[in-house]
Amino acid sequence: MQVTARRFKKNAHGALQDDNIQKAFSKVKGGFPIARAKAAGELPEFDALRDQARDLKNHILDNLDYYLEYFEEQVLLQGGKVHWCSSYADARAAVLEICRAAEAKTVTKGKSMITEEMALNDHLAANGIEPIETDLGEYIIQLAHEYPSHIIAPALHKTKDQVSDLFHQHHEKYGFSERLTDPQALVNEARRILRDKYVAADVGITGANFLIAETGSTVIVTNEGNGDLTQSLPKTHIAVSSIEKVVPTLEDASLFLRLLARSATGQEMSVYTTFSTGPRRTDDIDGPANFHVVLVDSGRSDLLGTNKQDLLRCLKCGACMNHCPVYQAVGGHSYGWVYPGPIGAALNPHMVGLEEARHLPSASTFCGRCEEVCPVRIPLPKIMRHWREEAFQAQVTPKPERWGIGLWAFFAKRPALYRPLTRFAARSLKIMGGRKGVIRRLPLLKGWTDVRDFPAPQGKTFMEQWKKQQRESR
Amino acid sequence: MMSSRSRILGRIRHNLGRGPLSAEKAAELKTRIEEHRPNLVPKRTEISPAAQVDLFQAKAEALGATVTRLSSLDAVPEAVSRYLSDHNLATKIKMSPEAALDALPFDQTPMLDITRGAATAEDDVSLTPAFAGIAETGTLCLASGPDTPSTLNFLPENHIVLLRRSQIIGTMEESWARLRAKYGAGNLPRTLNLISGPSRTADIEQTLIMGAHGPRRLHILIVDDAEKD
Amino acid sequence: MTDPDTRKNVALFVTCLVDLNRPSVAFAALRLLEAANCTIVVPEMQTCCGQIAYNSGDKKSTKDIARAVIRAFQGFDYVVAPSGSCAGMIRHHYAELFEDDDTIMVEVAALSERTYELTSFLHDVCGYHPEGIKYPATLTYHDSCSSLREMKVRDQPRALLSAVDGLELREAEDAAACCGFGGTFCLKYSEISESMVDTKIDNLLKSGAETLAAGDLGCLMNIAGRLKRRGERMKVLHVAEILAGMGDEPGLGEESR
Repeated sequence: MQVTARRFKKNAHGALQDDNIQKAFSKVKGGFPIARAKAAGELPEFDALRDQARDLKNHILDNLDYYLEYFEEQVLLQGGKVHWCSSYADARAAVLEICRAAEAKTVTKGKSMITEEMALNDHLAANGIEPIETDLGEYIIQLAHEYPSHIIAPALHKTKDQVSDLFHQHHEKYGFSERLTDPQALVNEARRILRDKYVAADVGITGANFLIAETGSTVIVTNEGNGDLTQSLPKTHIAVSSIEKVVPTLEDASLFLRLLARSATGQEMSVYTTFSTGPRRTDDIDGPANFHVVLVDSGRSDLLGTNKQDLLRCLKCGACMNHCPVYQAVGGHSYGWVYPGPIGAALNPHMVGLEEARHLPSASTFCGRCEEVCPVRIPLPKIMRHWREEAFQAQVTPKPERWGIGLWAFFAKRPALYRPLTRFAARSLKIMGGRKGVIRRLPLLKGWTDVRDFPAPQGKTFMEQWKKQQRESR
Repeated sequence: MMSSRSRILGRIRHNLGRGPLSAEKAAELKTRIEEHRPNLVPKRTEISPAAQVDLFQAKAEALGATVTRLSSLDAVPEAVSRYLSDHNLATKIKMSPEAALDALPFDQTPMLDITRGAATAEDDVSLTPAFAGIAETGTLCLASGPDTPSTLNFLPENHIVLLRRSQIIGTMEESWARLRAKYGAGNLPRTLNLISGPSRTADIEQTLIMGAHGPRRLHILIVDDAEKD
Repeated sequence: MTDPDTRKNVALFVTCLVDLNRPSVAFAALRLLEAANCTIVVPEMQTCCGQIAYNSGDKKSTKDIARAVIRAFQGFDYVVAPSGSCAGMIRHHYAELFEDDDTIMVEVAALSERTYELTSFLHDVCGYHPEGIKYPATLTYHDSCSSLREMKVRDQPRALLSAVDGLELREAEDAAACCGFGGTFCLKYSEISESMVDTKIDNLLKSGAETLAAGDLGCLMNIAGRLKRRGERMKVLHVAEILAGMGDEPGLGEESR
């Protein structure tokens, strides 16, 4: 996919002018956060589970090599295959090779963020294999040739009308000529079309929410059931997963499962939690005959041992973006790469480069809501600040900003110069405010006065008044 | 050329500032897996077995499933047939080819057209057994096998599940224990499904719609059996 | 009446915004601390907590400024600021800033545990309640993000406000949401900030309150400035001003008398 993180401000400007986007994303706060708060409130152990989940993820990351090797051993024992891929290119090649071996013409796909990262669909299509997204949201944006604007609700930015148009345009070839407007009818139509696709597909590709070392299982969590049809009907099941998804045992998966859906949608459990272990067994009458796990690193191991390692704890629940006022204002696509919201702001600079993505960690008020709701307590604002420090140091931060801060710091460090400067500023601004008490335009604070008035100071600084009082009372 | 595998493992170790784990540490982690100790388990299900059954039902219903309680297995055929007529469905079901289901007195419901096997796209109603019912969240645990094909859990629009009272347990952790007892430690059936209510989506303007790809309706028959109480 | 031995020895951290823009907040804080039986000193060498530099990624300047603050505020029982974000900077972030510097860690730790946001200090440490203070109006309180999430200040200002005669507190919808100030964020990303402050203002207005109060001047300047630009009439004051009986001061961005 094309990375547009560099154009964050422009993207955001467009999103702020787009009524559909504004409507869709402002709706987020009335939905997911309220449901999450309710679910969290109904489980007295919720916060204690979060502490344990944080600690367990840290334990896993500290021993990631061991658990990955253990997982691999179990997959092999169960008759599956494991493909280690250090880059997206390796992972694309591995998937393509499996598809070719299966003589695949079409593949169905469950929702997977890692395959978004590696732009798998384009690669398959370029090689003559048709990928079909089956998660309804993913299906919608695939028809629109777009990418997810939310990690668990990928078509969040699409209105019902737009979905109606897309279906009307693309479903005619299946004999559906009516333009539908009722959401239930739209879902039904997609359901009927995709049903045939599941049955016809040669390969089913899913992601993985967890990899269980103990049993060599891959786990997917969905509400629609599309992932299950994707992985159980075709002859070959490929689970693509990033390396940090491994957990030691079923009990450990339970800990994360209790947090995942509650944090994401406010459900206690998502509808379908599915554990896939190896290919179908000897006497089984359904299930895939081949089972492959594609393990993707692509930069993740380089986060280990850094001040951003905590990012690897992420469960991909989306709670951070659901609670983020910036995300709610600018929507998902403004961030310009696969991950939007706070997790994107903290992760994308690592994945696509700080110079490309420097705006993302910068465009935050550090309001702290993301960290407050993160089920594995990732200190997202702190990591964004680390990026700002690196940007400042590497002079990726624009010159005017660096100089401005430098100039201000120069005075802040020197009270003897600072006092007269602030005395002067307080007076001048007071005069500029005049009788009205506000300043409409301040060239030096253009960003401020472009959208708001500047409340004029009261006229004398506190320090000068205080000193005067002290002198007089002596 | 170095394989991706050794490159990835090497990079993990390098960035963690160490080599491969010591034999001692590796043994410790192996023990951790083999002991599979539970993490914090919510107290919600520390209640009597009867209360667990009630909790399971309440949770499942809250998820949009429907539940009928039956006093014996003999009542199952009649209950299935009533469910079909209540929902105006054809009297035709695809059933797991399982001995226990076969043993049910379907001769009482001769109208019912029963076929056995994995699901096809034409099947509208399935009847399957369950492995366990998890009271904590009203979740069904279904294990695949030669007599329990997992496609029956997803392809038909209506899924009827037979759950024995004795199969209702408190937590996920208890189902792991039962699975280990049946399949052996470190093993799982090919497909293990934890199912919490019928299929749904909210991908169009965050409006909740039931029956996205999996079953639109999930009906659970809880049957009293002698093993509990 | 007051025993000099039990008086708390407090240093006031004025904050750069209050010093420059709204000294009445600091005078209100002095009045309140005085009433809460404190002896107050205003260390002369203070300017700012360094947060602007810190959030811009200029760690070196931040450290220099923080060292000056640490020096200036040595030897007091408590350091109190009429701002959750400045108090939060000192309490939580100075330690991060000097995490590899053992020479100063002891002083940093000593300072951070003595540093308080004004309303929580008055309420939790001094057990203070306003007496005989009047503010006959409906009021909604905006939680600044740093007060709420960093300093865990939520109930304290509300408890203090509820002791004010005639004051009717009205909660706004989504009171915990950010107002879009964020220091230099509101300058660099003014359009996004505008959208956030508009959402905030819509909720504040929906509460029907006549006055808005908060504990951080940054948020207040942002919200007041946008209210004025939109032509809304809501009065904006720092919570300290109301608690100190200075609620008849012109609000932020209002015509001065």
